[in-house]
Amino acid sequence: MQQRDGARHWRRTSRLMWTMFALWLFFSFIVHFFVNQLNEIVILGFPLGFYMAAQGSLIAFLVILFTFAKAQDNIDRSEGFAEE
Amino acid sequence: MAQTDSNRAGGGDFVSNLGRIYTLYTGGFFAFVALLAILEQLGVPNKFIGYGFVFLTIAVYAVIGVISRTAEVGEYYVAGRRVPAFYNGMATGADWMSGASFVGMAGTLFLLGYDGLAFVLGWTGGYVLVAILIAPFLRKFGAFTVPDFFAERFGGNFARFLAVIVLVCCSFTYVTAQIYATGIIAQRFLGMDFVVAVYVGLLGILLCSMLGGMKAVTWTQVAQYIVLIVAYLLPVVILSTQKYGIPVPQLTYGQALQDITALEQSLVANGLADAAKLKPHIQPFTTYDPLNFFALIFCLMVGTASLPHILMRYFTTPSVREARASVAWSLFFIFLLYFTAPAYAAFSKLEVYSDVVGRDLNNLREWLFNYGSIGLVKVCGVAATSIDAVKTACGNIAGHPGVLRLQDLAIDPDVIVLSTPEIAGLPYVIAGLVAAGGLAAALSTADGLLLAIANALSHDIYYKMLDKNAPTHRRLIVARILLVLVALGAAYTASTKPADILSMVAWAFSLAAAGIFPALVLGIWWKRATTAGAVLGMILGFGICLYYLVGTRYFAPGFYEMWSFLSNATPAQIAKFAELQAACAADAAKCAEFDKHAQTIANWWGVRNISAALFGLPVGFLTIWVVSLFTPAPSERIQAMVDATRQPAGDTIIRDKDATLPAH
Repeated sequence: MQQRDGARHWRRTSRLMWTMFALWLFFSFIVHFFVNQLNEIVILGFPLGFYMAAQGSLIAFLVILFTFAKAQDNIDRSEGFAEE
Repeated sequence: MAQTDSNRAGGGDFVSNLGRIYTLYTGGFFAFVALLAILEQLGVPNKFIGYGFVFLTIAVYAVIGVISRTAEVGEYYVAGRRVPAFYNGMATGADWMSGASFVGMAGTLFLLGYDGLAFVLGWTGGYVLVAILIAPFLRKFGAFTVPDFFAERFGGNFARFLAVIVLVCCSFTYVTAQIYATGIIAQRFLGMDFVVAVYVGLLGILLCSMLGGMKAVTWTQVAQYIVLIVAYLLPVVILSTQKYGIPVPQLTYGQALQDITALEQSLVANGLADAAKLKPHIQPFTTYDPLNFFALIFCLMVGTASLPHILMRYFTTPSVREARASVAWSLFFIFLLYFTAPAYAAFSKLEVYSDVVGRDLNNLREWLFNYGSIGLVKVCGVAATSIDAVKTACGNIAGHPGVLRLQDLAIDPDVIVLSTPEIAGLPYVIAGLVAAGGLAAALSTADGLLLAIANALSHDIYYKMLDKNAPTHRRLIVARILLVLVALGAAYTASTKPADILSMVAWAFSLAAAGIFPALVLGIWWKRATTAGAVLGMILGFGICLYYLVGTRYFAPGFYEMWSFLSNATPAQIAKFAELQAACAADAAKCAEFDKHAQTIANWWGVRNISAALFGLPVGFLTIWVVSLFTPAPSERIQAMVDATRQPAGDTIIRDKDATLPAH
């Protein structure tokens, strides 16, 4: 096993957290600030602003969560802090 | 996985066969639905079909609950930490989606249009916070309850006690509402007396949770999830296929949205809708202003990440890694319902705008009267019990054209999901299925909440604070007695139909967010957070939130007078306030109106009280930050403990002397 460095593991963990947090902020709030502009675009009958709140952001949350689980697992493994 | 070997004897067989067992169960459920459908065609009365659904599903949950009984502390509190991520996700989905989500969410979207999507967003996005900030760390910590973490991290039982108070405050009203919902569903579909129905629901809940604690609740919740999601998706999938030929309602309702927008304009043009009152379905901010829309999303999300009955589900996974994956699966299973709800709303709205409004009063659709007779649909201000009642009421309105106008119609939000089978012309068996789904949603949430409350009382208050030497069997007996007592208390409260309690459910999110979130997150993410900071932060954050909720709701005139400089009241509203105040002083009968008006202007910057955490959260975070910097840093031992919490490898931080849980 390589040299374990708790501080470095935590730095990488924190950086991942802030990245995911920024994505969360974007899909929870920022994208919906522009609902009126997005509603000008219509796809399959869905005005895009409405679609983002009804489905788009939800799908983004799902992708964020599965990506996060995988990425954090990679960090834990490469830093030697993963579970058996 | 090292831990599966050491546990093969203790239920490992069941866990390794989960896939087969639940596939069989799902197949059995479909066969059961098919059987009832055949019985219906053979002429068996609807009432028996309804009873068949409700009693058979409850019996299945109860059997799972009894099979999963346990005399093991670790099994009782955290299901032996053996629940795989996928199944824990399903259980969390059922735990999370309440009777109100199942029955009421689509109706809210029907009434509010775009603004209702604040609930869809708020009740899903919070899981990102759960995963990145909280759940994996609490799993590593090895707590039995959320207050366990507060006690270890923030110097003992005072912090524990505060966490228990917040937990009980936000969970009790919530569980009461769930039991109320089971009563309503049983009453509506089975024609049972409401109070009897409440206690029947209570029995179902207790059978699921009492003998097996978390272990039993987990496996019944998985079974309940399957019933509720099938019941939710099936009617709207059939409806979508009928209307558009594609069985994916989540895609086809885009067309319905276009049709709704066109109909909104033609209804106004034809004098069938009042342009001033019509809220265009896709237009944002017709009910909430942007501040309240985003504040609501924020409070619901942070509240999600603070509700103890959700957080404790992630204590049951075999590892930290699976806890993270489990949050993702949870959202997946919740997503299946929440991204379908807007489709329900759109299809119902299309139906109402195209085939209900504009009809001659002599020729109204049959289902209106079915729900009108139980008071859920009103036409021209009276319950739509019969054509004559409707015609008389509308005849009394000057200039009524004799055809139904949009403003004549008032539909209770609950009708939207319940009436879809009838709108689509589906047989009664589908309506029975929907009832079983609503019941599963309410029962599973009630189970989780009840367990959260009873475990906090038995583990945190009784075992950790009152009798640290209690032997295993006594701990479990106390846990079960408390569970029954809390359940009885909630059922009794529900049976009195307390209007206030039901409207207070939405408060649970703000209370949990303000009381728990800041101390929990800083406790993990900031080593410097001290006991004094956390304790004061919890008291002030929760306190200010509670003050705002109670003040604006129950003491509105006083609250307004004290904070009038922060209120968003217009000059006209201020004048009306003074006028009604004088009227109330002269005649006590006018005081109700005065209080009601005061509630609309008793606020800080126009924030609705459902979003009270908007004030509680910053106060909580700031207090912890400032007070921590003014008090000595936590001890070496605590700081080392925080470090260990952040690293998945290694043993859990706290270990219960009575629990034989797998080690890594």
